[in-house]
Amino acid sequence: MTPREQEFLEYVQSGGQVETEDWMPDDYRTKLIKFIEMHGNSELMGVLPEREWILRAPTLQRKLALTAKVQDEVGHSQLIYRVVEDLGKPREQCLDDLISGKSKFHNVFHYPTKTWGDVGVIAWLVDAAAIISQKALLKCSYAPYARIMKKICWEESFHILHGRDVILTMMLGTDEQRELVQEALDRWWGPLMQFHGNPIQREQDPMYVWRIKSQGNEEARQQFLDGYVPQIWELGLTVPDPKLSKRDDGVWEYTEPDWDELKHVVTGHGPKTAERLALRRTTREENAWVRQALLARAA
Amino acid sequence: MNAQELLELADDELILGWRNSEWTGIAPLLEEDVAFSSIAQNEIGHARALYELAARELGTTADELAFDREPGEYRCSKLVQLRLIPDWSRTIARHCIYERLDQARIKALKGQDDPELAGLAAKIDREEAYHRMHAEMWAERLAEEPRFTAALGELEPLFDLRDEHVPEFEQLWQEMTSVRRSVAGATW
Amino acid sequence: MIYEVFRQERKGQAFAHAGSVEAPDLAFADDYAREQFGRRGESTALWVVPRESVHAIEDFVDELQKNYHRVDGYPLKEKLAKARERAGTARAS
Repeated sequence: MTPREQEFLEYVQSGGQVETEDWMPDDYRTKLIKFIEMHGNSELMGVLPEREWILRAPTLQRKLALTAKVQDEVGHSQLIYRVVEDLGKPREQCLDDLISGKSKFHNVFHYPTKTWGDVGVIAWLVDAAAIISQKALLKCSYAPYARIMKKICWEESFHILHGRDVILTMMLGTDEQRELVQEALDRWWGPLMQFHGNPIQREQDPMYVWRIKSQGNEEARQQFLDGYVPQIWELGLTVPDPKLSKRDDGVWEYTEPDWDELKHVVTGHGPKTAERLALRRTTREENAWVRQALLARAA
Repeated sequence: MNAQELLELADDELILGWRNSEWTGIAPLLEEDVAFSSIAQNEIGHARALYELAARELGTTADELAFDREPGEYRCSKLVQLRLIPDWSRTIARHCIYERLDQARIKALKGQDDPELAGLAAKIDREEAYHRMHAEMWAERLAEEPRFTAALGELEPLFDLRDEHVPEFEQLWQEMTSVRRSVAGATW
Repeated sequence: MIYEVFRQERKGQAFAHAGSVEAPDLAFADDYAREQFGRRGESTALWVVPRESVHAIEDFVDELQKNYHRVDGYPLKEKLAKARERAGTARAS
């Protein structure tokens, strides 16, 4: 590391903030773009499992809340890709890399949604897992990203409320509805436990070293379990992990997640990866002419 | 205006909103995706408010009117029932036609004796002013696109056709009501 | 074209930079900004500005250390103590 890079490292590690026009080490810029791009990709891909249910929402209120949630996620991807673009990678290039499989998106968005129970579980627990990471990103050393996280976190809080409302309504409904929730939870638990990533020591995680992330993976997972397992259990739902329990020292113990599955899924081999990327490719190609029409007479 | 006439307007807004919401997540441009989704949500919101008024007169609820009628009982026009996705030029053509023709309808509502109905119509009109601005902006951009101009001609007559449904309406209704019908009488 | 969006959360507050939108012209930019930064009622007002109209200034010169621009340019403590002593109003320190 050059002296200038070392100085920069010390600067961000002591809470220093970086703006778009500031000098930054090449490694920092590369890691930053990769991290932020993956977030943008995830928001854009996360839209796809949920939008199927917009068309099947069973009440007008649910329809509106779910459409607004999905809209927020598209909005988040817009905010995030703008940050990446200002760092030097254009939006179209990000979309190219997403669709070709060159860049990644979070594991949870590679899985199918099967019932309205999934809609509730995703909004309540997947968004909860995400918001924990996102709150930590409020302290990201790269200021433009930290700043948009504020709006993102604010909007995510509505999603969790919506998710909880959907779940609580079903839990207070019929046996069939409760069964839908439990069944969805049983399927989503594995991906949820993998969501925050393998328990790499944060000092070994380059994203943490550069203070792009301000929290280690295991720290995030523990926060998730601490916040949400009690919420799950208090409804009479079960978690499909017999080992899950909180020790006296406050640490949650659980069955080791399948890290091979995580790697396999995130490198583009999830149950729904190919289908969803294909949908992104088709819709993008079908409407390339619209972007041309807008550019043709850009003021 | 009686409940049946209200249902005609409400059904149009509901089904158009439903169709427009199909674009959420896959619109041609991220910024447009967000903007167009708001339009779809407004339309559903208008439908809900209109259903609530009609529901009181008919002794039912907005959700029951929106979801629990037989497909044949919906009074929406053929224009809004068509599944135009993924064709953006036809989608925008419908948007332009609908906003223009609906404006006259809303204006008539604003002049009704019933203050509640007139008040609601005024609110709807204020929201639709933005829809009209959006439609005009796009109409200008697509003015030279042959698919757009062709669609304008093809789709406009469908606004007044309400007595029959297009084949894809049945499929829309099935999808729209699938979760609701999955557990009869449940609260969601 | 990129348009910067500034938003005012409540009347009386300063406008703060909220983000940016990509749009072909100002009419589209207005619509996109309104929806992206106002649909949840989070803003009472927005300013939408083409990016090239925003001029950044980040270099400020203070070569000769203008202490009259800073608090430490006005050392009052010692003088105040002496003035109180002269007036017989000195305080126990």
